[in-house]
Amino acid sequence: MSKVAITVNGTLHTREVEDRTLLVQFLRDHLGLTGTHVGCDTTQCGACTVIVDGKAVKSCTILAASIEGASVSTVEGLADGDKLHDVQAAFHEHHGLQCGFCTPGMIMASVNMIERHDGVLDEATVRHELEGNLCRCTGYHNIIKAVLSAAEKHRTAHPVAAE
Amino acid sequence: MYETTYHKPGTLQEAVSLFSEVEEAAYLSGGHTLIPTMKGRLAAPAHLIDVRRIPELSGITVGPDRILIGAATTHATVAASEKIRALIPSLCGLAGSIGDVQVRHVGTIGGSVANNDPAADYPSAVLALDATLHTDRRSIPASEYFAGLYTTALEPGEILVRIEFKVPEIAGYAKFRNPASRYALAAAFVARHRGGNIHVAITGAGNAGVFRWTEAEEALQARFEPDAVKGLLPDENDLMGDMHAPADYRAHLVGVVTRRAVENLGGTLIE
Repeated sequence: MSKVAITVNGTLHTREVEDRTLLVQFLRDHLGLTGTHVGCDTTQCGACTVIVDGKAVKSCTILAASIEGASVSTVEGLADGDKLHDVQAAFHEHHGLQCGFCTPGMIMASVNMIERHDGVLDEATVRHELEGNLCRCTGYHNIIKAVLSAAEKHRTAHPVAAE
Repeated sequence: MYETTYHKPGTLQEAVSLFSEVEEAAYLSGGHTLIPTMKGRLAAPAHLIDVRRIPELSGITVGPDRILIGAATTHATVAASEKIRALIPSLCGLAGSIGDVQVRHVGTIGGSVANNDPAADYPSAVLALDATLHTDRRSIPASEYFAGLYTTALEPGEILVRIEFKVPEIAGYAKFRNPASRYALAAAFVARHRGGNIHVAITGAGNAGVFRWTEAEEALQARFEPDAVKGLLPDENDLMGDMHAPADYRAHLVGVVTRRAVENLGGTLIE
């Protein structure tokens, strides 16, 4: 057992967990944050994607003990009350989901992608960067539209300083 | 996953001592092979020794003719490194072609090279760029490092610390992916070294893992152009064959990716 302290969506959580506890189990079973899904459990589908210290990762393949002290963002931390995060709103607007199972992972991967690229994205880059997230309903087209639309909104709100 | 005890030593010495003191230990780096293997109960180390906090395993150092990469450096860091891009752009391209974004954020070069999966990308660069593998106890030339599928010259408890790549005059990488899983069914790293020596390393295809394709090297030595390897095929008895690609098809793919690697010299985009 290890005592693990991780900041999740801005709140520090300390739990005594087995060393084999995966980050996704820490989030779902120990903190009750069930927005992060387990799809394939084999590092392929991306449904478990969360952001750890600014990087999108697959939480089914990371031991909670190994990120002691880190800062994690999950889908639960995005909306401000009833007001959806821009990426969530764009998925709603562009019908970027059907069954919704992959959506938390898609959204977290997209939020991280938009941040890392300062919102400067084209369709090819979005498709390439979503390679690690599988959706079996939508055929991806509307997801790509949603990400590009949210990226444009991000660019408008946070213009990159002129060189 | 069976129970395990997690350790995070802060020094190389501490990690090596720990490994020798406990039973059934395994080093953990990015864990993107080891953790799925443990979840499938195909591996069950009683102790996991995380090497990512050891300072010697971090950082990228660049000299005029050498690049040293700490073993715990992630694929994303290598892919984005301006220092590496300036000298060996194809190495950035190779790193950026591994797995997906989330995997590249965690998986490490040392983990990949120590695991020596026959479909891994990095072993081809290590072999073609005449790298030296620095461990906690010695330095191993690439030509003596790879010892078959998932097998290397590393002894039990030996830690890969840094990988030293020779900067070539020019290099290129190309791969043919499994259409579903996207790993390399065959990939070629081609390098022309300073002084003119050409190395061609093939991964994904060999039945004993990564190998130097000497016939292609000779052909490219005579004429350094994509067409120089036209019609040349490796012996299919030396290649893997499975439901995804039988050996004769893999032999054909090796020819294709070698030609494409020569077409992609200096390229940072890997299809």
